[in-house]
Amino acid sequence: MPIRTVARPPEIADVIAGALVLAPGEVAAGRADAMPRRREGPAKLTGAAKYTDDLVFPGAWYGITIRSTEPHARLTGIELDPAVDWSKVVVVTAADIPGENIVSLISDDQPVLVPVGGEIQHVAEPVALLAAADRETLRRLKGHVKLLTKPLAPVFDAEASDHVFAHYEIATGDLQAGFADAHVVLEGEYRVGHQEQLYIEGQAMIAVPGEDGGVVIHGSLQCPYYVHKALKRALAITSVQARVIQEETGGGFGGKEEYPSMLALHAVLLALKCHRPVRMIYDRHEDIAATTKRHPAVVRHRTGISRDGRLVAQDIEVIMDGGAYSTLTPVVLSRGALHAGGPYRCPNVRIQARATRTNTPPNGAFRGFGAPQTEFAAEVHIDRLAERLGLSPAEVRARNVYRLGDATPTGQVLRESVAAEEVLRLAVETSGFERLRDETARDLGERQGSGTIPAGVLRTSATRTAIGVGLALGWHGAGFTGSGEVHLASVAAVELTGDGRIEILVAATEMGQGTKTILPQLVAAELGVPQDWVDLATPDTAHVPDSGPTVASRTAMVVGGLCIQAARRLKADVEGRNPGMPFHEAFRNDAQDHGPTRIEQAFEPYPGVEFDDATYRGDAYPVFGWAAAVATVEVDLDTAEVVVRDVLAVDDVGKVIHRVLCEGQVEGGTLQAVGYATIEEIKLENGRYLNDRLATYLIPTALDAPQIRTILVEAPFSGAPHGAKGVGELPMDVGAPAVVAAIHDAVGVWITELPATPERILAALARRDTGAVA
Amino acid sequence: MSGFRFLVNGAPAEVDVPGMRRLLDVLREDLGLTGTKEGCGEGECGACSVLLDGQVVDSCLVPICQVEGRIVRTVEGLSLAARERGSLDALQEAFLETGGAQCGICTPGMLMAALAYLDGGGTADGDAIREAIAGNLCRCTGYTKIVEAIAMVATPLA
Repeated sequence: MPIRTVARPPEIADVIAGALVLAPGEVAAGRADAMPRRREGPAKLTGAAKYTDDLVFPGAWYGITIRSTEPHARLTGIELDPAVDWSKVVVVTAADIPGENIVSLISDDQPVLVPVGGEIQHVAEPVALLAAADRETLRRLKGHVKLLTKPLAPVFDAEASDHVFAHYEIATGDLQAGFADAHVVLEGEYRVGHQEQLYIEGQAMIAVPGEDGGVVIHGSLQCPYYVHKALKRALAITSVQARVIQEETGGGFGGKEEYPSMLALHAVLLALKCHRPVRMIYDRHEDIAATTKRHPAVVRHRTGISRDGRLVAQDIEVIMDGGAYSTLTPVVLSRGALHAGGPYRCPNVRIQARATRTNTPPNGAFRGFGAPQTEFAAEVHIDRLAERLGLSPAEVRARNVYRLGDATPTGQVLRESVAAEEVLRLAVETSGFERLRDETARDLGERQGSGTIPAGVLRTSATRTAIGVGLALGWHGAGFTGSGEVHLASVAAVELTGDGRIEILVAATEMGQGTKTILPQLVAAELGVPQDWVDLATPDTAHVPDSGPTVASRTAMVVGGLCIQAARRLKADVEGRNPGMPFHEAFRNDAQDHGPTRIEQAFEPYPGVEFDDATYRGDAYPVFGWAAAVATVEVDLDTAEVVVRDVLAVDDVGKVIHRVLCEGQVEGGTLQAVGYATIEEIKLENGRYLNDRLATYLIPTALDAPQIRTILVEAPFSGAPHGAKGVGELPMDVGAPAVVAAIHDAVGVWITELPATPERILAALARRDTGAVA
Repeated sequence: MSGFRFLVNGAPAEVDVPGMRRLLDVLREDLGLTGTKEGCGEGECGACSVLLDGQVVDSCLVPICQVEGRIVRTVEGLSLAARERGSLDALQEAFLETGGAQCGICTPGMLMAALAYLDGGGTADGDAIREAIAGNLCRCTGYTKIVEAIAMVATPLA
């Protein structure tokens, strides 16, 4: 299997960029713009790009949401203050929902609005909606809607909750025998909290009622067909009556995967009642308070390792907090469980995972989708095992990392595209990891030896900060989990129109990651035409087939693959009708002579990939991507403040379609992981997020961000025509454990709960210095 | 109610709105200049950054009464001349070239902060650039390529 490294220096990149194009033969036209500029870039850079809130609909009203303020209660009534004038607003409650009061997703547990008589399950749950011609009226009236409730006992502890959304057990080998063979058995408990996606464009949706009883939705969203399905069900309308158009979207990161269905329904219910367009645009406070977050989790490891540093037994328990409704929790938990062991072979494994309900706002999709939580635990744990054995973090990983032919805990044999070893080697060698570790160890030894100022643990009169370096290795299953892609049965189309244009029709959305650029690039290369000859249709359910949701890092791999296959068939058709002429010479006349040619390509199961959802045995993913990160941190020895100085990211994405966009994914994902590791935290009180504003929920600024260096590796996947395995989520899995390992390297304590705040680091240092077990 | 007069991107503007109306709303809703974005509405994210007499301000925190008689520059005015030629100016080109814009929602504010830095003679020094855009949050890029883009058009380091 060929594994290539895509190097960064421009002169090399230029050469590789040419080779990256999937051009068949020697068609020069397709190579001219091998790495096109972001297609919608000029519009974004001039302010011309229209995001949802930029759209003007004459006569549109504004909509707002009346939300619960209690974590758990029975709703006994909704009272409109009789002392104020309600004639200038419309009010919508659950009684106005024409179809089923359900936000359609996996389970049918989440209502569009809590009905009178029903249960409020979390703070900020939508109960009623108001719309008016102006925002001032809404501001004035909002406080005059009174929710009558009878409080019920809330549950906040996911471990104590007896309402289980999903549970899985993955087992292989003989755990007891494995532990019996172990030289060291180490237990550890790891905790991670909520993380907010914090796309900079808040949730935004505009509903325009149609004359046919239907509705057109314009919104900021990742998955047009998820919204489409939800509309049909709750409004009891047909596929034709429900139309969803994705507008320019200012970031998603999973946060616009499922929540837009809820918001679209709210906007539509108001629009249908007031017979005019309604704008539902969340401000930042409402967005943080009410929308989904990354699932908090507790992960417990009990691991046996042999004297020579080989894993012999892994017993892992994962508990995720789903929040009040199941949303995507069963799938998030599944991915978390499947990745919980880390990218390491171990003959005897048991992974028990469950996700439960708590009376907090629902948690949902966020880049990485369960894997960052469990891989954080796995990576810190293997570092601690290495420490116990006196092995370096690089060495313990090298001894256990998956190689070609190894089997995962589900019995999946890794038959191809296993670049874990290569990714690890590149990260360790390029960063000079072992040399850096020698230096930091020497520094730590010197500080511990002399001149320690009593109040500042480790602080000497000469040294105020300590440098540390940490390594993490990760894996990320490409595309949907298990039989997901087979069930989705995605369809993409490439059409040669009657007027001689080439158009791609897919529901895949651009939210900054580069969809609009790479899909035309792939099709152009396949057809042997310049990429700007290829149009990409607006994701509009009235015109594009359902190519599946834009999630799970699947766009380049799955949708890109379908587009290439469709283009290949289109080319064959046109060239077949015009013997001796290449497509780029033939297609215009062909369109004139034969009219339009539309090729629809349906997903076909990857050969030999089989998974049993009932037993959790088989190929959980068709293939895996592999990632490593080496983080360098500087820890203030008085305040324990952590500055992440540098991250080297090495990611195997199968095939780099567009180097700049691909690096952009790695860099952005790495910084989100650094934020997760260091500063991003939600505090709760009685089920309410306390820091539900951007003034209090902090994300990294340019000054907080490390230098990020990226090495891209290509170990292609044979099931995709271009070999791509996806990139978006990979860097999210490894950043946090690398930072925590670096903190340990700097100051000698393990932080087992994210984020690694100064308070937690100081507490860990204090525990160690008082002799308590960390 | 009273009228407020100011210059936007070189053209005179007059709006008859309450004095406490946010400059952001005046630009977006009264003047139709939707290139300036709202990200948080409380001065934390910088998505609504514009230049007021050459200084970067969060337009969500500026009441229109404070804009009377002053000069406002927004992303729409960045490179007016270049836009007439159907092209971008050097800063925009640099963002396009390096991949400094992804989802694009922070981009207008980021460009205005960068412009103020460059107009002030800012150099290609990475730390100085990071300082200059520290008030502008980006969730997509990790900032690496934004810093690279600004450095590309800044005064080269001696």
